[in-house]
This record gives sequence, C-alpha cells and structure tokens, in this order.
Amino acid sequence: MNATRWLVTLPPTVFLLAFFLAPALIVVAASFREPGEFGGLAPFVAPSLEAYRFLFDDIIYAEIFARSFLVAALTTLICVVLAYPLAWLIARSPAKRRDLLVLLVILPFASNFLVRIYAWIMLLGPVNLLYTPFAVIAGMVYVHLPFMILPLYTNLEKHDPALLEAAQDLGASAWTRFWRVTFPLSLPGIFSGAALVFIPVLGMFAVPELLGGTGDMLIGNLIKEQFLDNRDWPLGAALSIMLTVAVLALAGLAAWGARRGLHGTEAVS
Amino acid sequence: MALLEFRNLTRRFGDLSAVNDVSLAIEAGEFFTLLGPSGCGKTTILRMIAGFDAPDAGDILLDGVSLAGVPPEKRPLHTVFQSYALFPHMTVAGNVAFPLEMAKKSALEIRCRVNETLALVHLEDKADSFPHELSGGQKQRVALARGLVNKPRLLLLDEPLGALDAKLREEMQVELIALQREVGITFVFVTHAQQEALALSHRIAVMRNGRVEQCDEPDKLYTQPANRFVADFIGKINLIDVEVAVSTKVLLTLKAPGLGEIAAADPRPLKAGERGAFALRPELIRVHGHKESADLKNRFAGTVRELLYLGDVTLYKVALADGQVIEALMPNAAPGRAKFHEVGDPVWVCWRHDAGVFLKD
Ligand SMILES: Nc1ncnc2c1ncn2[C@@H]1O[C@H](COP(=O)(O)OP(=O)(O)OP(=O)(O)O)[C@@H](O)[C@H]1O
Ligand SMILES: [Mg+2]
Repeated sequence: MNATRWLVTLPPTVFLLAFFLAPALIVVAASFREPGEFGGLAPFVAPSLEAYRFLFDDIIYAEIFARSFLVAALTTLICVVLAYPLAWLIARSPAKRRDLLVLLVILPFASNFLVRIYAWIMLLGPVNLLYTPFAVIAGMVYVHLPFMILPLYTNLEKHDPALLEAAQDLGASAWTRFWRVTFPLSLPGIFSGAALVFIPVLGMFAVPELLGGTGDMLIGNLIKEQFLDNRDWPLGAALSIMLTVAVLALAGLAAWGARRGLHGTEAVS
Repeated sequence: MALLEFRNLTRRFGDLSAVNDVSLAIEAGEFFTLLGPSGCGKTTILRMIAGFDAPDAGDILLDGVSLAGVPPEKRPLHTVFQSYALFPHMTVAGNVAFPLEMAKKSALEIRCRVNETLALVHLEDKADSFPHELSGGQKQRVALARGLVNKPRLLLLDEPLGALDAKLREEMQVELIALQREVGITFVFVTHAQQEALALSHRIAVMRNGRVEQCDEPDKLYTQPANRFVADFIGKINLIDVEVAVSTKVLLTLKAPGLGEIAAADPRPLKAGERGAFALRPELIRVHGHKESADLKNRFAGTVRELLYLGDVTLYKVALADGQVIEALMPNAAPGRAKFHEVGDPVWVCWRHDAGVFLKD
C-alpha cells in the first residue's frame, strides 16, 4: 500500500522539484546578482541588492505595476459580467445540449492563440481601435473568458432548483432570488474564475504587445523586455519576484475573505 | 366560505391525467391531508396551490377568489418542501427571517418573530448554526419555522416527515399536531403513509390515479370506507366477495359463495343480487376454540394457518371452509398467557352483525 503510494506520487514530485522549484530558486538567486555585460549574469562576487534598488527608485515601475493590476481587475470584472449570463444559460439548458454548449466555449482553444490575436488586429484596425487600451482589455477579455465561464458553469449547474422555488414561495421576486440565493451560492465559482483570469492577465505580454500602444506596457512586457531586449536578468528576476509576492499576498487576502464571507456555500461548490 | 376550494381541478402530462377532476373544499383552521400511493398526483396538486404549476382545467380559489395568474411569490401561503430546501448560506435565524424580509417587516419585528418562532420549534440555541450543522429533525423544524413565521393563510407540507427515521417521525407527528393547534394556521399535508394521515388529520382525501376516492374524517374513513380501494389502503382489512341476498331497513343478508350467509347492517336500499365486497376489520373478529362460546350470528369454522405474536396483540390467519384466509387481531389481555390458539387448531371465527360494511362494486 505504502509502496504503491510512493510509486504513484514520486514522478509528479520529481517533475515539480526539477522543473518548477529549481527554476524558481534560480530566479530568486538571479535577482540578487549583477547583470553580465552581454546578457546573462556577471561572475558572482557578493549578493547585490542593485536590481531591487533600481526597481524602487524609479516611480515608472510602480506605475506599470498599478496599471497591470488595474487591467487585470478590469478584465476580471468584465469577464464576470459577460460570463455569468452565459454560464447560467448553459447550466439551465437541457442536459443534452449542455455538453455541446460547453464544447463551443472551449472550441477557440483548438486554434492557435497568436492566430486569434492577429484576427483581432484585423478586426480592430479598420475601426481605428488598434493600439489603444480598449484593444488590450478587449483582447484580454477575449482570451480569458472561457476560464471564467467554466468554473461558474460548474458551480451554477449544481444549484438545487428547489432553493429558488423555496425563495419564490416565501415571497422573493426574480431579482431578489438572484441576489439572495443564486449569487451568494455562486461566489466560490466566481472566485475560482477570478483566480484563473486575474493571475494570467497579470503576466500576459503577448496581448499588450500585439494590440496595445506604447503606453500600454504591462508587467509581463516589462519582464520579457529585461530578459530578451535589455539583457538585465537580475532586474527581470526581481520584477518577477515582486509580481509573485503581490499575487500571493492577494490570493492570501482573498482566501481569508472567502473563509469569513462564504460560510455555507461550500455545500454547492 | 371555505378557505381553499378546488373546482374540477385537472392537470394532464401528455396522455396522463396526473390530477383528474378534483373538487374539494378546505376550511380555515383545518389540518387537511392528501393521502395516496406514489404517483397519484399529490405533489402536483400542492404545486398548483403554490403556483409552480397551472391547472389545465378547473380552478383553485382562496377565500372565494381565483388564484389563476397569481405568481407564487404573491400567494399568501408557504410550502415546507420534502427536501426542506433550506438556504445553505444562511444561518437558521437567517433562513427563518427570510420570509419576513421579503414582506419588508421592520428589523425589530423580524428579530422578535424569529425568536418567537424558533422557540416554538425548540431551536432557540441553534439560531446561529448553518443548515449543514443540523440533524435531520432539526432541519425539518427550521423548514417548519420558516414556513410558519410570517403567518401564512395556508401552509403546504409535502411529505415533510418522509426523510426521518421511524422514532423521530413519531415525535415530529406529535409536535406537528401541537404546533398546528397552537398557531391555528390551516395545514394542507401530503403523505403516502396512511397511519400518519390518520394520526394527524382533521380530514383526509384519499387519492388514486389523480382522483379523490373519498374525503372524510379519519374515523369515518376507517370504519366506513367508500370502496375497496379506500378500505384496502387504510389499515388492514378482510375483503370477502359477496352478493346481496335480502336487504331490509334493519338487516342486510349477504351471500358469500362457498361460505354461507353473512348478516350485516346497512340502511341503504340494496337490490338482491347486487355484487360487492364485505369489508371487515381484523380487530372486530373474535377467534374461539369452542362453538358454544362463539354465540354470535356470524360464525364460521376454520383452521389456524399462521399466527403472529405482536406483544399486545396476536394476528391469526384463519383458513375458512372455502379456503379463503381471514385475518383476526386478538388482544393478549389475559395475564400470564401469551396465546389462545396454536397453528393447526380448529377454531370458530365470529363477528357482530354491524362489524363490517358492504362495498358495492
Ligand atoms: N413535470 C412532469 N412531467 C410529466 N409527468 C409528470 C410531471 N410531474 C408529475 N408527473 C407525473 O404525474 C403523476 C403524479 O405525480 P406526483 O408527483 O403528483 O405524484 P405524488 O402523488 O406526489 O407521488 P409521490 O408520493 O411519489 O411523491 C406521476 O405519474 C408523475 O410521473
Ligand atoms: Mg410527491
């Protein structure tokens, strides 16, 4: 029994240690080094805080962080608003049609991500919306919408219709039934969806690069730039770590809030 | 005027008439029960009263006014669902407060009424618990409290005790009777358990295949069933195929093929030759070992086939001359003595002439 458990868990553990933990540690280490003259890292002398000092000295980095969080928050919010009615509709449709509708939601993944973004360039170009913040948000929402629809649908599908009947029986109008029963019970679904949208949006660089203007740079672009264009690996590493810390802090906050505010909704999540 | 009235209520699902031409009147303050086997249309009727389903024909009137077109949230009645349907994200107090909030009561009134109602169902100390922290019986009581708190004109209960074990079920039955008496709200109760219906109700409508077979007080249903179905569905009963021989105002003589004549009483004028069933409750039959002690008019010889000792009573299955088996229930009243007869004993079964009823086919 014990041996089987070891055998089963060993490969994924080794995989994660080798390809997740080790690179993460290398990034942490790199952030405390000096950049090499032609990229890479300078020969190690002593741990350096140069990258972090640089990062905190210039207000531009804080601005880009703030803008990235704003874009991520806005994208998440728009995704919730767009995904909710869709997820609700799928959850309410007859069981046979549901699978087809879910398939349609994930169908775009069958084509290449970059091809789909190029399609947006063709769409937005003629109406003069290309290279604007609008284009960035629209692209972000487009890419991430399925990640909000699926967890929401999974949640809504499990709601007991008797609860809505009970609420109606006790005098609740359609509006009240939604806000007092459906919405609070769907919060776990919204939270999983939000995590699946918010965090990837923060690190996304392809969408702003292809659809955004010069002023639409986000953290993802910044980090990519340090590694590929500026050849300042320590700064790129430090930025990555700041991003990770910010996301972890936010996730911790959300988990804490969820534990306080979501009592009882586990029943349907 | 009746509080609630059904007029020729009909609901069809495709070819199936789930509710078929039902007319009933329920009085204010009544504990009224819809009783019938699974699939006979009880829930369908309840859903039409609550407004979740609409009749295909006929009408439902509350205080003489048709409920047609009134949405569920506007009907002055509440439902206790079989699954309870408690809101999992609200505390017990939150659940009970919900109907009051919907009725836009003041915060102060809500607090008072919630506390009062929780006291009524003995759940004061569970006010801050969530439904998943409660036992089945406690959930049941929260559902009741939530249905009662805003004092509806009518409370609909769909097999509310169905999910409870036998002992808890009995306890809740006693509580339910007391509760209904205390709050004075009209209950329309649905069950397929005939004992529960007899124990709780002021009146019972026995249903079969969407129709009401008989609507009466429990003792009337038990002693004067209207037909074979009602007689058989409620309690234990012996049904003997008979034919009317002689019918006078005071005495009815029935002919049971292979058995002989049965003396009965029925004031109805019946035609000789009319066929039907003679229905006789087991507890009204005596079983004797000697012919002399069985000095009643209806007396038949038989043999004890089987007996079930049940503690307070013994159930005898006695085979009569024509081979049909009749069940008799005798109290084990004599101290120090468990049984009066053994399997294989020749016995005499007898009953008073007014013990059974004749049911026309
Ligand atoms: N929405 C529906 N569509 C089709 N048939 C239905 C529908 N609702 C009920 N029926 C049918 O109508 C009949 C009566 O159903 P109903 O639920 O009223 O029975 P019931 O007396 O409550 O039974 P139970 O004791 O099992 O709950 C059943 O044969 C059922 O299959
Ligand atoms: Mg039912």
